[in-house]
Amino acid sequence: MAPTLPTSEKLALLRRRAEAIDALRASLRRRGYLEVETPAVTVCPGVDRHLQAFAVDFVPAGGGPSLRRYLTTSPEYHMKRLLAAGSGPVFQVGRAFRNGEVSERHNPEFTIAEWYRPGWGYGELMDEVEDLVREMARALRPTAPPPRAFPRTTVAAAFEGAVGADPHGGDPAPLRDAAEAAGIGVPAGAEGDADALYCWIMAAAVEPALPEGGAFLVDYPARHAALSRVRPGDPPVAERFELFLDGIEIANGFTELTDEAEQRVRIHAENAARVAAGLEPYPTDERFLAALARGLPPCAGVALGVDRLVAWLLGVPRVQDVIAFPFE
Amino acid sequence: MYSTSDFRKGLKIEIDGEPWLMVDNQFVKPGKGQAFNRTRIKSLITGRVIDRTFKSGETVGRANVEEHEMQYLYSDGEHWNFMNTETFEQIQLTKDQLDDAWKWLQENGTVQVVTWNDRPISVEPPMFVVMEITYCEPGIKGDTATGATKPATLTTGATVNVPLFVEMGDRIKVDTRTGSYIERVRG
Repeated sequence: MAPTLPTSEKLALLRRRAEAIDALRASLRRRGYLEVETPAVTVCPGVDRHLQAFAVDFVPAGGGPSLRRYLTTSPEYHMKRLLAAGSGPVFQVGRAFRNGEVSERHNPEFTIAEWYRPGWGYGELMDEVEDLVREMARALRPTAPPPRAFPRTTVAAAFEGAVGADPHGGDPAPLRDAAEAAGIGVPAGAEGDADALYCWIMAAAVEPALPEGGAFLVDYPARHAALSRVRPGDPPVAERFELFLDGIEIANGFTELTDEAEQRVRIHAENAARVAAGLEPYPTDERFLAALARGLPPCAGVALGVDRLVAWLLGVPRVQDVIAFPFE
Repeated sequence: MYSTSDFRKGLKIEIDGEPWLMVDNQFVKPGKGQAFNRTRIKSLITGRVIDRTFKSGETVGRANVEEHEMQYLYSDGEHWNFMNTETFEQIQLTKDQLDDAWKWLQENGTVQVVTWNDRPISVEPPMFVVMEITYCEPGIKGDTATGATKPATLTTGATVNVPLFVEMGDRIKVDTRTGSYIERVRG
């Protein structure tokens, strides 16, 4: 069992954590974002085959049937509803919940920073994320040398470099052969699953080969677009980026998908995949889709894992080192 | 069957028709992607340690591994004979099956015999045993400080490094996990 009281070393890290979060908020405000708060208890958590929500029940005080709700896995749907209402640039620093995830990089409840700016694409947002991280590094580690510029590598180039395979293909055989040849093995159950093989190569070969300091992966296979816009082409690529700091994923950003019909297709596809994997499907968020139908302005948005960023800034290895009371 | 959500250190699983002990289990997940359990497992038969990764949600067989308390009876040099202290059933094991455990067996002493599908696969002696030295070079009196050692042979034929002051005929306490000398036992 973890100690019941945080140690004095932990308290010192928590003071530094508070400084870091103050700096993050101040920086986003200075860049013109409005701070907002959206619900933690939601009707529809994000529909993603790889994210499991905590289910909770609302029990009416006066009696009556209870209502199934979920703790939010990210504030994305609600923040886009604000954008569709004309909020302009918005940010949030809040709590997100992902069931089942515990490791040195995961706590099942964690602090997420998420922000959106109308009129931008993912390239401009990457510039801003890089500026912001470098600014925080200067503030929190004034004596350390400033991080080098963050290189941007396409997922295709990173896969080619790490294992010599094409991540855009949907055929499991070449990915399986590439994993074997790269010496990372093939996970049991992933042999015929191109999606799982792609994820395994990403986790076991691509991420560990990323350069020290900051680095972006950009232009994801369309299958891994999540809620990003797909740019037509051969192959079509998702306008999505992830920021890594010393090989650890810190942030995930998109040129946001604004098309309601396409968004509905993707939610249904994710739910179909959930059912096929034996997982509970989540309700389709009609309020979110109605906001897209009314008109989500073209925008870019990013979600950033605050605990991971703080751990990196403070030079400690585990997110639990900067969380007062990690999952018990 | 166990699912990956049951994975933890100490779990005994069956893969490729062999029983394994899980010695490490890590949750691995790329950003917004499929999760995996990266495990390190040790063969309960050969002791070989390998890495195995599972897509989260996969299932794996449970190894039917049990421990039985048995009394060591005697050896004819080819077979080692044990008796189950509950059922009084007797079994014979070969030196291969014993691995290193033969070094620490004392007549009428108890050990744990591990079985897989009722087949004995290993013998775990007590963590510490007290045994007599049958041969070593003569002792150097008073040399308790230099830290130098010499080899000593025990009743079973096992060899242990002991401090220079220890004499032939002394009884010593040994840590069977490392095969290292702990102390001399008086009386």
